[in-house]
Amino acid sequence: MLNFIWAGMIIIGVVYATLQGDIASVTNAALDSAKEAITLCLTMMGVMSFWMGLMEIATKAGVIGALSKVLRPAIRFMFPKVPRGHKANEYITTNVIANILGLGWAATPAGLQAMEALGELQAERGRDRSIASEEMCTFLIINISSLQLIPVNIIAYRSQYGSVNPTRILGAGLIATTISTLVGCIYCKWKSRKKCG
Amino acid sequence: MRLLAYLTDFIVPAVIFLIVTYGVLEKVKVYDEFVKGAKKGFHTVIQIMPTLIGLMVGVGILRASGFLDFLANAIGRMTNHIGFPSQLVPLAIVRMFSASAATGLVLDLFKEYGTDSRIGLIASIMMSCTETIFYTMSVYFMAAKVKKTRYTLTGALLATVAGIIASVWLANYI
Repeated sequence: MLNFIWAGMIIIGVVYATLQGDIASVTNAALDSAKEAITLCLTMMGVMSFWMGLMEIATKAGVIGALSKVLRPAIRFMFPKVPRGHKANEYITTNVIANILGLGWAATPAGLQAMEALGELQAERGRDRSIASEEMCTFLIINISSLQLIPVNIIAYRSQYGSVNPTRILGAGLIATTISTLVGCIYCKWKSRKKCG
Repeated sequence: MRLLAYLTDFIVPAVIFLIVTYGVLEKVKVYDEFVKGAKKGFHTVIQIMPTLIGLMVGVGILRASGFLDFLANAIGRMTNHIGFPSQLVPLAIVRMFSASAATGLVLDLFKEYGTDSRIGLIASIMMSCTETIFYTMSVYFMAAKVKKTRYTLTGALLATVAGIIASVWLANYI
């Protein structure tokens, strides 16, 4: 599917820009975006290495184990078929904790590891690794439904652009995030139940 | 706001402090473990770098061509009838592809309509309850080498639409 989306973006982009007589913008966009991607990766490399180093300490010291105890019931409810003690549990929990705290840069490495662990779980089950498992779908939908409690960036932008009350959206944002996450969870539960029955 | 800003400043140093202190108390060889983990982080980034370049170039071309704006205007004519302001259509679409591009659009809206206008409020709430669907999906599935994504996109779109509807509705009550 990604092959089609990616090709679609490029083909539509080039054709549309040509029709608009603005073909030069495509060249600029391609070069600038590639450069932007590398800049982003360089920043990420430092931050990710630092965070993963910290996570290694935390894992060895048992911090994640302690934190995940709090979230365990919720994680078990959403991922009932991941065996207890499987390392995917740990990565999923870390990712969810980081997302809730708004540490996006910390959530991504744990999320990627969770996906890899879920892929290994598929292989252990003797299924095709190139097809998304139920757990992978659930994990991504929960991630995309946004878990962040305090949208720090938006509050910062609001105050920067002269809002009388930058935090006015906090409560509404919290309710909206809860609604989107709930809808995502209900959909996942419905999907996996339908498949079993 | 001041308390919140203080809390925000406090979170990251507190996490670092707690992890290192806890590690030392648990007699972990903290620096050795740190270096081991940092190596893993380095490799993770190297792995997703080609994906990121491809994706950002694709989005960049599509955005520069003006097609996204065209799409937004076309859909905006319809959404006005169901109570969704057409000014927010580009944001709703771009938000699915790129967080930084969406941020750019939000700042534009803030400048043009004001942060505390209805448009400004809805945009703020929308940004806090949605995520970049296509970016997240491609990076995560690429890492797990998954080709068939099954019902992920439908579920993600459902959650996002629910968030957007909630944003428009909640903006009336604050």
